Amino acid sequence: MWLSHVFAAFVRVTVGARPQWIGCKPAPALRIYYANHTSHLDTLALWCALPNHLRATTRPVAASDYWNRGGVRGYIATRGFNALFIERDKDKREGDPLAPLAQALSSGQSLIIFPEGTRRAQALPSPFKSGIFHLATKFPDAELIPVYLDNLYRSMPKGTLLPVPLTCSVRFGTPLARIADEPKEVFLERARQAVVDLA
Amino acid sequence: MSMQQKFYCLFGAIGVLLVVASLAGWLLQRRSPGSATIANLNARVRAWWVMVAVLAACFLLGRVATIILFAIASLFALREFVTLTPTRTGDHLPLVVCFYVLLPVQYLLIGDDWYNLFAIFLPVYGFLLLPVLTAVSGDTEQFLERVTKLQWGLMITVYCVSYVPALLLLKLPSYRDTLLLVIYLLLVVQISDVLQYVFGKLFGKHKIAPRVSPSKTVEGFVGGGASAVGVGAALWWITPFNPAQAAGMSAVIVLAGFLGGLALSAVKRSLGAKDWGSMIEGHGGMLDRLDSVSFAAPVFFHLTRYFFEP
Repeated sequence: MWLSHVFAAFVRVTVGARPQWIGCKPAPALRIYYANHTSHLDTLALWCALPNHLRATTRPVAASDYWNRGGVRGYIATRGFNALFIERDKDKREGDPLAPLAQALSSGQSLIIFPEGTRRAQALPSPFKSGIFHLATKFPDAELIPVYLDNLYRSMPKGTLLPVPLTCSVRFGTPLARIADEPKEVFLERARQAVVDLA
Repeated sequence: MSMQQKFYCLFGAIGVLLVVASLAGWLLQRRSPGSATIANLNARVRAWWVMVAVLAACFLLGRVATIILFAIASLFALREFVTLTPTRTGDHLPLVVCFYVLLPVQYLLIGDDWYNLFAIFLPVYGFLLLPVLTAVSGDTEQFLERVTKLQWGLMITVYCVSYVPALLLLKLPSYRDTLLLVIYLLLVVQISDVLQYVFGKLFGKHKIAPRVSPSKTVEGFVGGGASAVGVGAALWWITPFNPAQAAGMSAVIVLAGFLGGLALSAVKRSLGAKDWGSMIEGHGGMLDRLDSVSFAAPVFFHLTRYFFEP
């Protein structure tokens, strides 16, 4: 899709988005990349940091109330980076909000998720919401890759329209170890700590 | 000789130099494989091939391409500066204006041949505008420090660097090929940097400023600087100067470049970094390559304008 190449070029010139594969190598394994969330550029930056051949099978998860509203945003999200939508609003949910994500994983597609659920204006991530725990339990074979996005909260903080060019890096960590029967809170904190460790 | 012939002579000579440097690097590599210094030397030579090719292509394309090239160089240098400088959310608006308004306008003014506004646009209007934009955001935490850093970065990476293509604005009697003057400035600055590095590695003993820039030595500065002045004097035939004037101008360029490297090294260290970035293999960032240029260019421009423009 040509639009995704345009985005990739734009991201390179403005924020660089240099990938640093610290704890793992790019590989076509079934993966859930999870990262801290500070900016609208996060999805693009992480997606652009992946090699071309992985982008085709990796789908960023985006908030339905923001990205799935048609118009330019909807076009960007669906045609530009092939997003999957998740419903954040409890009243609008029909059935399991994670169902589309589970379906994508079942069909062999990797995911990019932001477990904080919303953008934060700080360097370190806030506590995670439980979606990542349910996905991890349902797909024990998927690799959970912690990702830290640095500087993006400075480039395009919440509430701004244009990104300031800043060199940002995308750091990929070691796949999170799986511990059987781990309580939800412990797992969420351990997963968050793996992102913090990359900061 | 016509300008075209001079151009091909110069770039032919640079090509020969690079071939010699590549061969020397290859031989050194074979003699002592695994040496980090030699690996870095070879990386630097490879990067020089790319930089020379890009410059040559832009000069061949002419005036507009050269201006655009330096606008892009400024963009990357400013990006490196801002990346290393702590900023707050309240700095977003002034930063956006720096990147998307002030930088392009500064280079458009050169393209438009409007010297009077080019010379004061950033020092007057940019200087006054930035604190206003920062104040509008309402965040007064470390206000003066934040505004100062932004103004400083903008002056070095945009205003000072834009003096390189601004040489095209000079109206010198019986000298129309100001593009050659751009090449002359870059050549003397970069040859000076390279020779200071080489002399420093071979003979360097006495450090000039060990805490600011451990690689700068008295031997490197004197040996490399004097040789660069020699090269600058020998190239008088591409300038509007006679050999003695060319030697004097080169001496100024070399000294300003050296001091620029020193001052920006101190800035870099105060920001806690060793290199400005990593976009040029072996050299570090764009600003590591432009630090000496940013000091030499405005001085060279204004001296030439004062003494040689009627």
